[in-house]
Amino acid sequence: MSETNVSTAAKTPSAEEIALIKKFLNDTTLFLGPDPEIMRRHDLMPRSEAEEAAMQVVNDVHVTAKIRDRVQAGCDEGFEMVEAMGAAPGAKWGDVITGVYTASGDLAIASAGGVLIFSTLVHHPIKFIIKNWMNDPTVGVREGDGFIHNDSRYGNVHNTDQSMILPIFWDGKLVCWVASTVHEGENGAIEPGGMPSMAETSFDEGLKMSPFRVVENYQIKRDVLTFLQNSVREPKLQFEDMKVKLYACLRIKQRVEETLRTDGPQALISTLRLTMENVRAEVVRRIREWPDMTVRTYIIQDSTLRENCVVKINCQLTKTGDRLIFDFRGSSPEFTNRATNTVLAGLKGMIAQMFLCYVWPDLPRGQAAFAPIEVVTDPNSIVDCSYDAPNSQSLMSIFTGFTAAQHAVAKFLYSCPEKYTKVHAPTFNMINTFIWGGVSQHGETLGNLCADLNGMGHGARSDSDGEPALAPIFATMADIGEQELNEEEVPFLQLVSKKMTKDAIAPGKYRGGQGYTMMVATKDSEQWGFMTVCQGAKIPPMQGLFGGYSCGAYPLCKVKGVDVYDVLLDEPHKFKHSIAEIMNEQPFEGASYTTHHMGMGFEISKRGEMFMISQGAGAGYGDLLEREPRAVIKDIEEGLISEGVAEKLYKVKFDHATLAINQDATRELRDKERKDRVRRGVPYAQFVETWNTPKPPAHLQYFGCWGDDVGTLYVGSPEITREADKPKPNYMRHPKDVRIDELEARLAELGALGDEKK
Amino acid sequence: MKVLMTEYLRIDLEKETWECRVCNHEIGPAKRNYKEGMLVHDRDPREIHPPIIDPEKYRFTFSPDPEWVRILEYYCPKCGTQVETEYAIPGHPPLYDMEVDLAALREQWSGREEVLEPVRGPEVVLGAGHGGH
Ligand SMILES: [Zn+2]
Repeated sequence: MSETNVSTAAKTPSAEEIALIKKFLNDTTLFLGPDPEIMRRHDLMPRSEAEEAAMQVVNDVHVTAKIRDRVQAGCDEGFEMVEAMGAAPGAKWGDVITGVYTASGDLAIASAGGVLIFSTLVHHPIKFIIKNWMNDPTVGVREGDGFIHNDSRYGNVHNTDQSMILPIFWDGKLVCWVASTVHEGENGAIEPGGMPSMAETSFDEGLKMSPFRVVENYQIKRDVLTFLQNSVREPKLQFEDMKVKLYACLRIKQRVEETLRTDGPQALISTLRLTMENVRAEVVRRIREWPDMTVRTYIIQDSTLRENCVVKINCQLTKTGDRLIFDFRGSSPEFTNRATNTVLAGLKGMIAQMFLCYVWPDLPRGQAAFAPIEVVTDPNSIVDCSYDAPNSQSLMSIFTGFTAAQHAVAKFLYSCPEKYTKVHAPTFNMINTFIWGGVSQHGETLGNLCADLNGMGHGARSDSDGEPALAPIFATMADIGEQELNEEEVPFLQLVSKKMTKDAIAPGKYRGGQGYTMMVATKDSEQWGFMTVCQGAKIPPMQGLFGGYSCGAYPLCKVKGVDVYDVLLDEPHKFKHSIAEIMNEQPFEGASYTTHHMGMGFEISKRGEMFMISQGAGAGYGDLLEREPRAVIKDIEEGLISEGVAEKLYKVKFDHATLAINQDATRELRDKERKDRVRRGVPYAQFVETWNTPKPPAHLQYFGCWGDDVGTLYVGSPEITREADKPKPNYMRHPKDVRIDELEARLAELGALGDEKK
Repeated sequence: MKVLMTEYLRIDLEKETWECRVCNHEIGPAKRNYKEGMLVHDRDPREIHPPIIDPEKYRFTFSPDPEWVRILEYYCPKCGTQVETEYAIPGHPPLYDMEVDLAALREQWSGREEVLEPVRGPEVVLGAGHGGH
């Protein structure tokens, strides 16, 4: 701008002209895309006049506590309705939430169960509706309206989650909003199930619902519904769950109206505002108690779900006084044609629910708990992606971002005299489950997933082991479902289900909670397939805590060229119940046995072919030599670890027949190992001289900063860098093209390409 | 006064040093990275996360790939306690993971009683949730 040769005085418009320009721009906006003013803000809206007035009149804590409990009970009732009636598998297992939002759109109170991140991300679409539709004569917001939304660029985690949003009026005035969100699954994307890993542009991701009205006079509009049904693989699911969410919202509305009748609108408005402001103030107080410190960590994604590569999630967490700042600069740039990017709001929502589920679970669940916390990112990075970047697999980046935050926060919490939960190592963070789709045994077209994604192993605590297969990181209260119920609807069986995967461990003084094996095979359909969407087959997606170890790696195993149902019928003794036995013993003659990374694009399966994976273990805590020998033996008895691995790692001496511990020999072994450590350990200064390299290794396709220089990002090679604040596209080649090039190079070397024309 | 910073580390506010909580070894100045006073071992991840399926037959085995990631183990040089681990990309400089503002820490603890045993935090027990029902 400084290069202009026109005098600036001549160019400065008057206030009147500015107003005119603003009006002109507003009146002629071509397209109301996601609004950065809404999408980048997570703090509470300023107090409105109505809120100020209400707080003057009603501020007695007994009154507000009573109303808060009633609204909370209403949210919980709505939650239970969706869980009981919802058609989506996710709904049945608690991948659902309900909440009440202030008239300005802030989430004030959410249901006690369910996936909190959903509702911390629904304030964005509500604020969009307030800003754009409320006063638009062609839209408007009226009593009896309901709005639908799923596009994560306008709020939300990913497009498979759909929200129903209802305004609540009293005496003709908008007093609050209620909303319900469900992980629906199917949404018409390029692959079934709603979370395509093959999406290379946002247009491969299915329905792109910016917030719009779909309910009038409390009735779903049939024309709009038909359009939505026509756009997805599961028209029945689309209709059923829109109804279920609408009726759950109406129930919460009923409960809210009961308090409005008994206590008046000002009591409700004041309660919602005070709840948020009190939580915000309490969070600031709690942060102040942390030590002033900077903690650094990073988590590695080892794939884009299409190819293996090294993608860094860099996190520096600084606490100064009552400020807490998450700095994710230096993380990988976004992938222009891969789906693992997340919008910034998704990352923030995930960290918000980390605090509410794992650090301060005693606080009312809402938006306020994260309001005072700050987040810094590079533009167009994998944790703050642009409008154009696909993000249907944003889970990969919000989960690894969550883990970076969880790992960093634990190091602040240890010294605090007052704690609200136990300090613990990171929780397993990948959705190791099967996504499925096709035509069922009943002739229905389906696309969804197994609830085993909810069976993540939990991190070890400072005084106890992690719980195996406990809950997903995004909801501490969700179920892993009944496989038998699922099998009534889908044409495949889980031949092995919920059996702990032996030796897939995260060792420590307290070990991480372990994950279980899943083996699936299609049975009654010729049009049925699976996909898996996880990272971590080469590099663990977590860090251990205070000397504990992370989990190991988790691959996908396939057995093809066999009908395992025939085997079970004719030669049942050949069937084995662990991945280790099947892959190592290869009991089915003529079958092929292969291993893969966990980003399997949708693959049609044949009857009786097996796909096998394991859920993951949460991270371990503390030095494994301090683990009680009895606890090690218990793990052997429970089938979590084999005798050899237990002996080798934990240095426990025991009788293999009776499992009786030889305490003296164990002590000796452990003392010796400590001495061996001192012998083999290299002094730090000397170690870094040989270990540190100025650039990432040439054999890895590496994305992100290297070391402390967060301003320089490596983009797939130690020779290609860019400045972190100057975004550019980052295209990946098709994995098949890469493979064809490799094979052609080999042919050329052998002189076998002949005179093929180019 | 001493502040318990991790399972194995504490800071002596007067001496401004990191100390090992297991053997009382003085690790180094609290104004610097405690790792500078540690011994480091570059661990092949397959030793901790053993292959579950045969590495002779398969590309992916449940073990992390040792060419893609290493485990840096940090030991107390006196007692050999494993104070910290770091899953690191080969060659990536170790992180300065806990950079403490010592003056602020001293100020904060000037108003607190010394804590000798770590505070573990509340148990999750039935009936202790919201509203107590
Ligand atoms: Zn020591």
